Amino acid sequence: MADDTAGSSGKDVQKSDPGGFQRDDNAPPGLFASVAGFGVSFSTMFRKVATEEYPEKPRPTAPRFHGRHQLNRHPDGLERCIGCELCAWACPADAIFVEGADNDDTPVEQGGTGRFSPGERYGRVYQINYLRCIFCGLCIEACPTRALTMTNFYELADNDRGKLIFTKDQLLAPLQEGMLPPPFPMAEGLEERDYYQGKVASATDGQREYVDAHAADLAGDADGAFGGQSDGNPDAPGNVGAHAPGRHDVSHTENPTAANTREGAGL
Amino acid sequence: MGLEEKLPAGFMLSTVEGLAGYMRKASIWPATFGLACCAIEMMAVGTPDYDIARFGMERFAATPRQADLMIVAGRVSQKMAPVVRQVYDQMANPKWVISMGVCASSGGMFNNYAIVQGVDHIIPVDIYLPGCPPRPQMLLNAIIELHHQIESTPLGVNKVKAAKAAEAAALVATPTHQMKGLLA
Repeated sequence: MADDTAGSSGKDVQKSDPGGFQRDDNAPPGLFASVAGFGVSFSTMFRKVATEEYPEKPRPTAPRFHGRHQLNRHPDGLERCIGCELCAWACPADAIFVEGADNDDTPVEQGGTGRFSPGERYGRVYQINYLRCIFCGLCIEACPTRALTMTNFYELADNDRGKLIFTKDQLLAPLQEGMLPPPFPMAEGLEERDYYQGKVASATDGQREYVDAHAADLAGDADGAFGGQSDGNPDAPGNVGAHAPGRHDVSHTENPTAANTREGAGL
Repeated sequence: MGLEEKLPAGFMLSTVEGLAGYMRKASIWPATFGLACCAIEMMAVGTPDYDIARFGMERFAATPRQADLMIVAGRVSQKMAPVVRQVYDQMANPKWVISMGVCASSGGMFNNYAIVQGVDHIIPVDIYLPGCPPRPQMLLNAIIELHHQIESTPLGVNKVKAAKAAEAAALVATPTHQMKGLLA
């Protein structure tokens, strides 16, 4: 600061500033000079808080923020994932593990495994390792059916590596209004391509009847299917689909050939 | 460490545990320690926009001897591993480790000979934080998770009991190489 400007403006400042917040270097110290600094602190109390109050009031993310994945469903509840593994191939960090299986329209009591998605195949095992995933979104780009998308959820910290491998039952979208829990057949008179042309709005009465008729079977099977697991913990990350989506493992307990079981398949 | 380690098990010890946990969780100093890009997000958490001081982390300690929390922010190369271990060893007990980002947690996308596949190969990790890099809110979330963990930390004879239980559980657990259908 040049001396002449400081000298000329010094008087004006002191006139309009009785608290002495702005000090002229040449003037003698004012009465409030020693507490002038507190004025700044005090006035800050009335300013808007710049800090994001994270746990209480988090700011919304950007709408297309890359957060946790989600496996979507068709409007009637059938899964969109067709088990093609393109996401796993696209993943630069090898964070995704998919194993497809054939859909089967044979009812469960006749030894079938049920239908989980329209068309030929579905994703039987689906795991994403969030300790490898870099949230790049290449899997979303690769997905041919828009089965895999990303949510804005990001609170993923955990104290266990195992818990951060998310399995299919964690990744699947929750059932919305008009959806039914698979397995059940496709809507009557429709085929696979109709699902992708938006001709399915919600579950039909026929599908509803099928699910109601087989709900008891599925519940009983889901309990029995994992009785022989070595760790015996249905919530363990390795037990993909200990809940309803996992009842395709039923045939394995009834027919335990090495080639059928997940362990026998050399996973 | 002190008097609380000599207390007999019972209401006295559990009261001290609760009190010590409550005090400890709100007075952690992280070590100034960043290895790669995650460190930029860690620095962002120190800015007024996120303000890590709200969680008692008033400053990043410039020496490991004054730090309680090690935030391993970034990929740990094989060459850096002994340094990380030494910094950890120089910290005074009680101490905690957050493995920030996928590279520190598991090697992330760098599955190669140069990068340690998870910093838990060299130091014990308390909280794993995914993300590449994790946004500042994710680190704050990890810190809050760590607070919950610190609050319930056992002391004295309870600590010994917890350590023995953890060891017994680890001995009967399925080894990682025998787990089937799991991503590693």
